[in-house]
Parts: sequence; C-alpha cells; structure tokens
Amino acid sequence: MSLAPAAWRALLRPGDVLVVLGGLLLCGYSLMVLWQGGRPDAAIVRAGGKVVAEVDLRTARIIDVPGPIGTTRIEIQPGRARVAADPGPRQYCVRQGWLTQAGAVAICAPNEVSLSLSGRGADYDSLNY
Amino acid sequence: MTRSTIELVPTEKDRRIARHAAAAIVLTVAEAAIPLPLPGVKPGLANIVTLIVLARWGWREAVWVALLRVLAGSLLLGQFLAPGFFLSLSGAIASLVVLGVAMHLPRRWFGPVSHSILAAFAHIGAQLVVARLWLVPHDGVFYLLPVFALAAVVFGLVNGLVAARLLEELHGAAPAASKASATSPER
Repeated sequence: MSLAPAAWRALLRPGDVLVVLGGLLLCGYSLMVLWQGGRPDAAIVRAGGKVVAEVDLRTARIIDVPGPIGTTRIEIQPGRARVAADPGPRQYCVRQGWLTQAGAVAICAPNEVSLSLSGRGADYDSLNY
Repeated sequence: MTRSTIELVPTEKDRRIARHAAAAIVLTVAEAAIPLPLPGVKPGLANIVTLIVLARWGWREAVWVALLRVLAGSLLLGQFLAPGFFLSLSGAIASLVVLGVAMHLPRRWFGPVSHSILAAFAHIGAQLVVARLWLVPHDGVFYLLPVFALAAVVFGLVNGLVAARLLEELHGAAPAASKASATSPER
C-alpha cells in the first residue's frame, strides 16, 4: 500500500475531477452571491433634514449643497462617496474620508448636511457600530 | 427460566450490516473527539464505510449502515433526539437518496469520489434547510453556505479517495459481490 500522490491520482476518474471542479465553482459562486452584503447602491444627501439629492454610485460627479454657513461639496465616485469640502470648523465629516459601506454616514453638523450610503444588506449605520 | 419462543436467527447479511455499522460508529465516536472550528463542519469519516458498503453490497445495506450509525452514534454521544441528531439524520437521509441516484452514473467516469462529494453536498443542503426551518429561523444561516460547500468538496474528496483506496484493497483480498467488480481496473 503506497501513499504516493500518483497512486491517489489513479483513483480519480474523469467524472470525479468534473464533480470536484463543479463543487468548487458552486463554492465560489455562493461566496460571491452571499458575502457581497454591504455594497452600497446609492448616496443620499440631506440638508437641514430634507433630502436634496439621491444619486446612484455608478458615475462620478460632484454635488454642491448650500447650508447656513456655506457650501458643502460632496464627491461621488463609482462605489464610494465622500464629503470633499465643508465650511465647518472641525472638519469631522471631511476627515471621515471615502464612505464605501452601505449604511455609512458622514454628518457635517454645523452646516446641517449629511451624506449617507444606502443599499441592500445595510445591517447597521456607521453611527452605532 | 422458560426459553423464548421467538428465535431470531441472524443471517449472514445481518452480521455483515452489523459489522459495517460498528466500524462506522467507531469512526463517528472517534471523530467527535476532533476539535472543529465551526459547528457543522465535520470530516464525516463514517461515510467512508457507507461508500464502501454501497459499492460492494448495494444501496439497501448502505441505508441500513448509515441509519444505524446515526442512531447508535447519537446514543453513544448523548445526542439522541437532540438538535444535532435531527441534523445528522436529515443529512444522512438526503445523502442516501443522492447516493441511490449517483450510484447509477456510469462507473467508467464516476467513482467513489463523485459519490462522496455529491452525498456531502446533499448532506449540507438538507442540514441547512432543517436548520433554517427549525433551529435558526433566519436567512443568516445561508451565510455559512460557502464554508460548508468548501468543507463538502474537501472532505468529500478525501473520504472518496480513502473509500476508493480501501475498495481496491478489499477487491484484491476477497471476492466481492458482483457490484464491486467494476472498481477501477488499474492498480
């Protein structure tokens, strides 16, 4: 009884190899379908609590939102969005950088502007995780 | 003491089933000692015995061996009628059904490895359905599907190879039933 790799390979029949490959394919497919949760679909921009823009994340664009103390610049790119510039004194929402997960939120409180990403599988928002 | 009027005479087939079931039970108990990263991911070594019985003695005996193994194994591990018992029972039934179909695939192309992997997928499929319907009524259980699928491929492959190897050895040692005559000719 030898344990050489060739001896084991001889036990595999052509159909067996196909079944193994099929199993691995099913594995990869289920991985892609089931574990892609959290990918954002759209960005929602609010000013003073009202939705001023709801854009999909497929094309790059820049949205300027006026607020009480100035203009907040929102930058959208495929799959992500950020607050590029804000007149607020502490710049918290700008420093948050790119938002990439569904449910992520950047709030520029002084200028009353918020940017949030919506999508399927948004289990939590970035305010409470 | 009066002699019992009922006499059960075990046939050769009964003894054979008991022998194989005993081997499968030993593997089940031994396997329970292996620490596992995730509940539900198990090598399923006892299925090697099921595969061998299927190839040498046919589907009916494989059913006996597999179900006896589930029953006695759960009794020995204190799992009888616990959730784990119903998960293994549903998995065993589903994989036996699939084995009953898969054994009729052309033997030239599909060997024990195919049977093993297909049965492993049936096993996880049935277990996930039972878990979803009864134990964890939330679609979250399906997030584990990729892990279970990978385990099915890996352990299905390993078990199938071991079963194929043992079948070769057994085929060389003893004249088997006619069904075993089709095991791979090359040595």
